[in-house]
Amino acid sequence: MNQNTDASDNKNSNIKMIIKRFRKHKLAVVSLYFLVIISILAILAPLIAPYDPDEVSMAFSRPPSKEHWLGTDQIGRDMFSRLLYATRVSLFVGFAATIISSIIGVILGLIAGYFGGIVDIIIMRITDTIMSFPYILLVLVAAAIFEPGLWNIIIILGLVDWPGAARLVRGNVLSLRETNFIKGDVVAGMPNRYILFSEILPNTIGPVLVYATSVFAISILDEAALSFLGMGVQPPTASLGNILNGAESITILTGKFWLWIPAGVLIILLVVSINFVGDALRDAIDPSAKE
Amino acid sequence: MSNKENRRPLMKVEGLKKYYPTKGSDLGSYKEVVHAVDGVDFEIYEGETLGIVGESGCGKSTIGRQLVALEKPTEGKIIYQGADISSMSIRQLRKIRTQLQMVFQDSTSSLNPRKQIYDILAAPMLYHGIVKREDLDNEINKLLNMVGLPKTMKYRYPHEFSGGQRQRLGIAKALSLKPRLVVCDEPVSALDVSVQAQILNLLKQLQEELKLTYVFIAHGLGAVRYVSNRIAIMYLGKFVEIADTNDIFINPIHPYTRALFDASPLADPQLRGRKRIVLKGEIPSAVNPPRGCRFHTRCPHAIESCSILEPKLLPIKPGSSHKAACPVVLDKGVENA
Repeated sequence: MNQNTDASDNKNSNIKMIIKRFRKHKLAVVSLYFLVIISILAILAPLIAPYDPDEVSMAFSRPPSKEHWLGTDQIGRDMFSRLLYATRVSLFVGFAATIISSIIGVILGLIAGYFGGIVDIIIMRITDTIMSFPYILLVLVAAAIFEPGLWNIIIILGLVDWPGAARLVRGNVLSLRETNFIKGDVVAGMPNRYILFSEILPNTIGPVLVYATSVFAISILDEAALSFLGMGVQPPTASLGNILNGAESITILTGKFWLWIPAGVLIILLVVSINFVGDALRDAIDPSAKE
Repeated sequence: MSNKENRRPLMKVEGLKKYYPTKGSDLGSYKEVVHAVDGVDFEIYEGETLGIVGESGCGKSTIGRQLVALEKPTEGKIIYQGADISSMSIRQLRKIRTQLQMVFQDSTSSLNPRKQIYDILAAPMLYHGIVKREDLDNEINKLLNMVGLPKTMKYRYPHEFSGGQRQRLGIAKALSLKPRLVVCDEPVSALDVSVQAQILNLLKQLQEELKLTYVFIAHGLGAVRYVSNRIAIMYLGKFVEIADTNDIFINPIHPYTRALFDASPLADPQLRGRKRIVLKGEIPSAVNPPRGCRFHTRCPHAIESCSILEPKLLPIKPGSSHKAACPVVLDKGVENA
C-alpha cells in the first residue's frame, strides 16, 4: 500500500514539475488563459450570442452600438454573434486538421524511421513531393477539385500538413533507434509494437506536441486565407476567414472598421498565443530539464 | 581456470565476419566496405569470463553485437545450443533472446528517460512470462537488491540516478530475463575509477551467484585482467592472441599483445625502466586492411613474409590453449621471446 502511494506521489510530482516549468513562461500562461477563455466563448456560442448569427435585420452596416456590440454587416447580421460562431468554426477546423495531420505524420514517421530501407525511401519521397509543391497552390487546387466546405477544408488541410510531422518523427526515431535502451529491447526480444508505441512514441510525443501547436496556428491561418479567397468555409456559415472576405472592398476597409478589425485581431491573437504556448510546452516537458 | 577438463562450450563462433558499407545510398550501390570483424573463431565456455581487448575501432564491440544477435554477421556461424543464431528467423530468435543479454557502456542511454525503473524492469519480464503479475513487485525488489540498490528507488526516473547507479540498473535490466550469457560492452569505461571497482566486483559476485557466462569487452587491461578467465587480444578485426589470463600476462607472445601491455602504466617503479615495445603510427584503415599480417605495418619484428602470408591463430605449444597468430615469434622459440 505504501508503495502505491509512493508511486502516485512520484507521478504527481512529475506533472507538478511540468506545470511549474510551464508557469515560468509568463507570456505562455497569459496566452493559455486567453485561449481557454476564447475556446469557452466559442464552445458556448449558442448560449452567449445575443442574436442568431444568420438572422437578417433592418440595421445594415451599423457601427458598434448598445444593441450590436460590434455593429452589423451589410445585410444586417449581428457581428458579435457572427464572430463567436466564426471563432468556433475556425478553432474547430484548425484543431481537427491538426489532429488528422499529426496522426498521419506520426504513423508514417514511425514506420519510415523504424523499419528503414525501401519503406523509408518510399514514404520520404512522398513527403518530399508534397513538400516541394507551393503550399497554398496545393490547397487551392485541392479545394477546387473537391467542393469547398467545412469538412473538405479540414481534410485538405490535414492531408497537406503531415509531411513536417512525419519528418520530425522519423528523425527522432532514427536517433532513438541508436540508443541503448532500444537496442536493449531488441536484445530482450520485445515485439515491434512495444518498441514503437511504448518506447519510441513517448519519447517523440514532446516534439510532436510542440510541432502540432504550430500546425494548429498555421491551420487557422490557412483556413482564414482559403475562406478569404472564397475556397474555404462557405457562407452563410461564418468563419474568421470569410468575415475578412467582407473587407475586400476599399469602402469597407476604410470606412467600416468594425466589419474586419475584430476578426483580424482575433486571428493574430489566436496564432500568437498558440505559438507562445507551444514554446513553453517544449521547455516544460523535457524530462531532463532542471527545475 | 582450474577446471579446464570439464569445460563445455556454451557458444561457438566460427569464421565470423562483419562488413559495413561506408558509402550507402538510396539506390544501394556502394563500393567500400569496412572490415570490422574479419574472420574470428572462438569458443565461450560455460561459467567463464572471456575478455576481448583491443584498440578503439578494432571490432570488439561489433563481435559483442553479433553474439546477442543485434546484427546479422556478413559471414560465419554463431552456434548456441546446437543452432546457428545468425541464421535464425525472428521468431526462432525470440525464444532464445532472453538467454543472451547485454550490458551497455553508456548507461545513460540504456534506460528509457520517460519511464520509471519499475516499468523499465517490468515490461520484458511480463512479456516473456518470467514472473507472474502478482510476483512482479517481489521480483523487482529482488533485482534491485541484487545489484545493491534500495527497493524504494524503483519509482524513480533514470535521470535521478548517478552513473554508477544507472550501470547497476543496466545490469539489473539484463539479468531480469535470467540470461546465461551476458555480453558486457565496456561496462565500466565511462565510470569513475572507484565506481569501476564496485561494478566489477558486482559483476563477479553475480556471476558466481547466478552461474553466468560473460563476454567482457574493454580497452583497459586492468579491468579485463581482474574479471576474465581468458583473454582475447584483437587487432583490426582479427584475434591475434587468445589465452588464459595468467598465461597471457606472464608470457605474451604476439608483438601487439606485448606492445599493448607495455603501453599500460605500471604501479611498480622498479619495473618502469624495462625495455618496451612502443608502437609507431596509426592503426591502419579497416576499409583497406594491410595484406598478410595486419600488424606488419607497425610490428618491430616484421619480416618480408609477414606482408604476404596471413598468419593463423595457432597453439604456441602442441595441445596448448594459448594461441597466437605470429609465426615469426613462434619460430624463434616461445621461451626466450
